[in-house]
Amino acid sequence: MPVASAEASTSRKQGRGRSVNVFGGLSHVALLIWAILVIFPIVWTFLASFKTNTELFGDSPLALPHQFHWDAWGRAWAKAHIGLYLVNTIKVVAISTFLTMLFGSMAAYVLARYTFFGNKAIYLLFVSGLSFPVFLALAPLWLTMKNLGLLGTHTGVVLVYVAYSLPFTVFFLTAFFRTLPTSVGEAAMMDGCSHTRTFFQIMMPMAKPGLVSITIFNVIGQWNQYLLPIVLLPGDAQDKWLITQGIANISTNAGYEADWAGLFAALSMAIIPVLIVYIIFQRQIQSGLTTGALK
Amino acid sequence: MRHGKLSPVLLRKYGFIASFLAVPLILYVVFVIWQYIQAFQISFTNSRGISPNFDYVGFDNFTRLFDDEVFWAAVRHHVVLLLAMPLITVAIALFFSFMLNLGGGQKNGKMTGVPGSAFYKIVFFFPQVLAVAIVGVLFQAILRPDKSGVINSALHAVGVDPVGWLISPSLALWTIIGVMVWQAVGFYVVLFSAGMSSIPRDVFEAAALDGAGRFVLFFRITLPLLWDTLQVGWVYLGIAAFDGFALVQVLSVDRGGPDNATTVLPLEIWRTAFTYSKYGVASAMGVALFFMTLTFAVLTLRVTRRERIEF
Repeated sequence: MPVASAEASTSRKQGRGRSVNVFGGLSHVALLIWAILVIFPIVWTFLASFKTNTELFGDSPLALPHQFHWDAWGRAWAKAHIGLYLVNTIKVVAISTFLTMLFGSMAAYVLARYTFFGNKAIYLLFVSGLSFPVFLALAPLWLTMKNLGLLGTHTGVVLVYVAYSLPFTVFFLTAFFRTLPTSVGEAAMMDGCSHTRTFFQIMMPMAKPGLVSITIFNVIGQWNQYLLPIVLLPGDAQDKWLITQGIANISTNAGYEADWAGLFAALSMAIIPVLIVYIIFQRQIQSGLTTGALK
Repeated sequence: MRHGKLSPVLLRKYGFIASFLAVPLILYVVFVIWQYIQAFQISFTNSRGISPNFDYVGFDNFTRLFDDEVFWAAVRHHVVLLLAMPLITVAIALFFSFMLNLGGGQKNGKMTGVPGSAFYKIVFFFPQVLAVAIVGVLFQAILRPDKSGVINSALHAVGVDPVGWLISPSLALWTIIGVMVWQAVGFYVVLFSAGMSSIPRDVFEAAALDGAGRFVLFFRITLPLLWDTLQVGWVYLGIAAFDGFALVQVLSVDRGGPDNATTVLPLEIWRTAFTYSKYGVASAMGVALFFMTLTFAVLTLRVTRRERIEF
C-alpha cells in the first residue's frame, strides 16, 4: 500500500511542512494501536481455545499453542451445551424479531397514516416506554411471568422480547411511514384494494429500507440480551438457556472445573458467527445500529 | 360525523385500525406498561413474592435506602461513570472519526480520511455487535491478576509487577470503565462519521482556502457543526452510565466487588429481588434509578440547548 506516499502527497498539496507529518504519523499510530486493542483479545481467545491448561497458566500465555487440538471445542459444544444454547437463541431471536417487526410495523402504520380518536395518546404511550429503565420492571415482571406460568419457557421470553422491543420499533417506523408518499396507497385503495392488502402488498415493500435497519437493530439487541434471559430462564430451566447466559455460567464455573480451554472454545463459538455475519453485512449493521441515534 | 351512524366505509376503516393495533397494544400494555405501574405500587409494599399477601409500608423502603451504604456506593459509582465514561469515549471517538473522515486533507475537491479509513471503521465498530456478557467473560481472562492474565503477562515481560485490575478496590471501577470505553468507541466513531459526512463540503473548502490547518478545522468548524450528533451521543452514553449491569455482573469479582467497589444500581436491584426476594426494596431502587435517569436526560437536553444558541 502506498500509504507513505499518499500521506506525503497530501501534505505537499496542502503546502504544510513537518508538523503535519508528525501529527499525521502520531495519529496513525493511535489508530493502529486501537485496531490492535480491538483485534488482539479476540484472536487471543481463539488461540487460547487450542491450549492446554499448562500453556495457559505457564510462563508465557501470549505464546502460540503447541498444537491445534479441537478437543476443547468438542467439550464446549457437547458438555457445556453451547450447541444447544446457540440453537435456542436462534429459535427465540428468529421468532421474536419476526413478531416484533410484524406487530411493530402494523401499529406504526396505523399510527402514522390514519386519523382516529386516541391516535396521539397511543403513540405517546408507546414512545413513553423508551424513558423507563427496564430494571424498574424487573421484580413485577418476574412475578407476572411466574403467575402466568411463563417462567422458564421460550414463549415467555419471546413475548417479553417483543413487548420491550415495540417502543423503539414503533417510534422509528412511525416516523418512517410518515415520510412515504401517500399517493400510491390511495390509488390502490381507489382500485378497491382493502386496507390490509394495501399495507402488506404496497406499503411494506415501500418501507423496506426502514424495515431492514430496524430488523438488524432488533436482531442484534435481542441476540445480545443478557438480563432478561437470566431473569426469565432461571437455573432449573437450564435446557432452555440462551447463549449469553450459557457463556457467563461456564465462566463462573470454570474456576472449579478448570476447563479454561473449553471456556475459550465456547467464547469463540459465540463470537465467530457474529464476526462473520458482521463482516458480510457491516455496512447495513453499522447504519442499522446508528440509525436510531440519528433520528 | 361521529354523531351519525357509521357508514360501511368508516366501519371498515375503524375495524382495520382496531385489528392492527389490538395485538401490539395488548402485548405492550400487559408486559411493559402494567409492569412499570406495578413497580411503583410494589415499591410501597413489603412484598417478598412468595405469598400474594403484602402490606403497604409507606416510604419505608425508600428511607431504608437512605441508610443503605451499598445503595450509596452504587449511586457514587454511577456519578463516576457518568463523569468519566462519556468524556473518555467521546474524546477518543471524536479524534478517530476526525482522522478517518477529514484527516487526509483534500483530494479532488473532497475531504478524505487518512489511508485505511474504511478498514479502521470496520474494525473499531466490531465490539459493538458483541454481547456485553461475552465481552465481560473475554476480559476476565485478559485482566486476570496474576501473570496468567494477558495484560499482566505482557507487563511481566517488561519487568512490571502484576496489576490487580479487578481485585484492587481503587482500580476495579476504572478497569470496568476501560472495558466500557473499549466497547463503545467504535459506535461513536461511526455515529460521528455520519455527522461529519453531512457537513456541507464547501464549508471545509472555504476554510482550507483560508489556510485553516487540521486543528482549526477540528475545533472551529467540525466540533460546532457536529453539536447535534454530540448531544445525542452524550445522552446515549449517559443512559449507558446508569446501566452497567451485564459487565459488572459478569466481569467484577463477587458481582460488584471487591467489597462493593464496582456495584451499580441495576445489579443491586437484581440481587435484592432475586437473591434476597425483597421485591419491595428492589422496586424502590428501580424508582430511584428511574428518577436519576430522567433527571440526567432532562438536564442534559436543557444545558446543551442553552449552549446551542451560541452558534
